[in-house]
Amino acid sequence: MSELSVNHLLGIKYLQSEDIELIFQTAQQFKEVINRPIKKVPSLRDITVANLFFENSTRTRLSFELAEKRLSADVVNFSASSSSVSKGETLIDTVNNILSMKVDMVVMRHPKPGAAYFLSQHVDSIIINAGDGAHEHPTQALLDSFSIQEKLGSLAGKKVVIVGDILHSRVALSNILCLQKMGAEVEVCGPSTLIPKHISSLGVRVSHDLRKSLEWCDVANMLRVQHERQDLKYFPSIREYSQLFGINKELLNDLKEKIVIMHPGPINRGVEISTDVADSDQSIILNQVENGVAIRMAVLYLLAAKKEISFSA
Amino acid sequence: MDKKKLLDARNIDITLNRLARQLIENHDDFKDTVLIGLQSRGIHVMDKLLHILKSCGIENVASGTLDITFFRDDFRRRTSPLQPSMTKINVLLEGKKVVFIDDVLFTGRSVRSAMDAIQSFGRPAEIELLVLIDRRFSRELPIQPDYVGQQVDSLAGDRVSVEWKDQNASENAVYLEFAENE
Repeated sequence: MSELSVNHLLGIKYLQSEDIELIFQTAQQFKEVINRPIKKVPSLRDITVANLFFENSTRTRLSFELAEKRLSADVVNFSASSSSVSKGETLIDTVNNILSMKVDMVVMRHPKPGAAYFLSQHVDSIIINAGDGAHEHPTQALLDSFSIQEKLGSLAGKKVVIVGDILHSRVALSNILCLQKMGAEVEVCGPSTLIPKHISSLGVRVSHDLRKSLEWCDVANMLRVQHERQDLKYFPSIREYSQLFGINKELLNDLKEKIVIMHPGPINRGVEISTDVADSDQSIILNQVENGVAIRMAVLYLLAAKKEISFSA
Repeated sequence: MDKKKLLDARNIDITLNRLARQLIENHDDFKDTVLIGLQSRGIHVMDKLLHILKSCGIENVASGTLDITFFRDDFRRRTSPLQPSMTKINVLLEGKKVVFIDDVLFTGRSVRSAMDAIQSFGRPAEIELLVLIDRRFSRELPIQPDYVGQQVDSLAGDRVSVEWKDQNASENAVYLEFAENE
């Protein structure tokens, strides 16, 4: 297969495992491209991409923008704080206004779950979800799985534990779906207040004991505690959270197996992960960031390929 | 589909040996030369040439493989994108003499893309083109090879296929497959 089965990237939910493999194979080649002396290819030179960020983001927006520019696309950026959204314009109106300026693809981050799906139903453009509330963050999951595959050779049969604030995390949901589609086993670990009630219906293991989880897994993905999404107190104190669910060198060295440590960033040093772990040779946090650009180039390239160029007026 | 054998294993061997010697004539000790096999099928021709050069006492010739998928001029014009292959160029090409190697030269569009793509690795002093088969009179761009194994006259709908024994073919051979008559 050399074509995606979808026309938008709204979530991992909509992807087949073949799609994920195609994205990985393509990203592998883009990773070589971004390590060339001149890191640019002309594939998307006739494409204009709008990055619509209705919610703050630094690395995801930077990563998308670099990916777009290395594919030679024209890029326009939009952030909610400086837009007409604050003047009462609806999402569809905002996007349609931007599309009338002949934009081909939209990368959108939005605080509301389902915003990307909603947009794909109502506007005529290729939509890439860069995070919709606590729902999905598909490119993050793709780059996480790609990084694991790169480190361990394959995903099938691997055991991955996702630690922390599962309740408010779009990264967790997308990761669970992506890892399962690629044949990995997933466990979530965190305080019971931060684990959604029916999460086991997704076929994941649930744990509240970090040490047991780490002894079980090949890879630990440490999530950030999302203070900005927490409307009430989910645990007594950061100090207690860190003692029960934070990973440090002592704990890591105590394990029988050498596990891989990941973090989607931004990291809170000393809360979910200690400095010596984040900077250790077991951590692939910076590889994740590099792979993020390659994965996003692959997604942009493969989705753009599905829209045949039109020469009619 | 009817097909005709253009070259058998022995012919290919003779032709490759000639091409290797022509390269030696022009590149002497290959000190400033880098051979670049164009993905996906040019790399097999390059491997054979490197082997012959080695048997002539010329070892350690700098070489690499180049994939041109992201530089094609038909992106979003064909039904599905081509699967990219590995580019592996570990030498800087700034000021080097580059020789592109491919199995079949047809419209010239891949070579144009390759000339674009290679600039990402530096500005070569010169670029030459070596092909095993030149389908003459079918060029869509002003591109001609510097080293030619054999010239072939064919119609646009025909197909020239180069098969290698070490790539699971029954023998090394070049075939011309004729387009079906309506």
